[in-house]
Amino acid sequence: MSQQTKKGHFPWKHIIGFLISIALTLVAFATALWTDWSSSTIFIIILIFAVIQAALQLVMFMHMTEGEDGGLISGNTLFGFFIAVVIIVGTYWLMTSGHMHMSM
Amino acid sequence: MAHDHNVNPNAPLEYQSETGRLNITGFWTFLGAEIALFSTLFASYFALQARVGDGPTSNEMFEAGLVMIMTMLLLTSSFTCGIAIHEMRANNKKGVIIWMIITLILGAGFIGYELYEFVHYVHEGVTLSTSAHWSMFFILLGTHGLHVSIGIGWIILLLIQLARRGLTPKTASKVFISSLYWHFLDVVWIFIFTCVYLMGMVN
Repeated sequence: MSQQTKKGHFPWKHIIGFLISIALTLVAFATALWTDWSSSTIFIIILIFAVIQAALQLVMFMHMTEGEDGGLISGNTLFGFFIAVVIIVGTYWLMTSGHMHMSM
Repeated sequence: MAHDHNVNPNAPLEYQSETGRLNITGFWTFLGAEIALFSTLFASYFALQARVGDGPTSNEMFEAGLVMIMTMLLLTSSFTCGIAIHEMRANNKKGVIIWMIITLILGAGFIGYELYEFVHYVHEGVTLSTSAHWSMFFILLGTHGLHVSIGIGWIILLLIQLARRGLTPKTASKVFISSLYWHFLDVVWIFIFTCVYLMGMVN
């Protein structure tokens, strides 16, 4: 395990992850509040920033990919996110596209 | 450690006992369920986002400065929590406790601002029953805030145990698991910040 050999070393990985997270947060903030692009363009851009930042947390801070069960854990978490996307997109589509009116 | 077989002395402390390793993997499964839980709340929020009724819109209520303070507090606490685990892997018990206490203070600051925000909204007449939009806002944010509060209590208890028993494969895996929980709450917050606050201030 490579972590053991890094004993006492400066936590570069965490600091780089933290700085990138702050940068992504500020850029997303600026994109949302200080541009006059359409709201759907802004949403896609800042959602990409959010996904990058979430991946950064999972891999750099939560050590998702390391250890004997790293593959299992990563697969499980990605499946969790897949389920989340299906629930969110599916619900939004169903509730806003007019299907509700058909049965009433 | 009579129950623990397959001990790997080269792995970080939290992975050294089989129980610790399996607990960590098991906790990731729990986090998968948490992703599903929050996805249902996000789904409801998106579906009901436009249903503001007679109440105000997000744009009229959100304050950019407050949102940034809360985001930075939680993001920094996630970073200090990561440093605590870094110290744990250097076998520095004191370092773990100090960085975890900093994490908890930042987390408590986050909760303080969230409570301030909620109380402020209620004073302005925006409550759980104002509109479908605000119902989902309070439920989504409240569920996240409740998780952070539970995390603070849990980590305080773990730190007391750590101070008493020292860094062992057992306590190390517990501290590592609590760090996973804490980082996960920041991951959820990234999406609340993006989808609820930033998009709320765009519209």
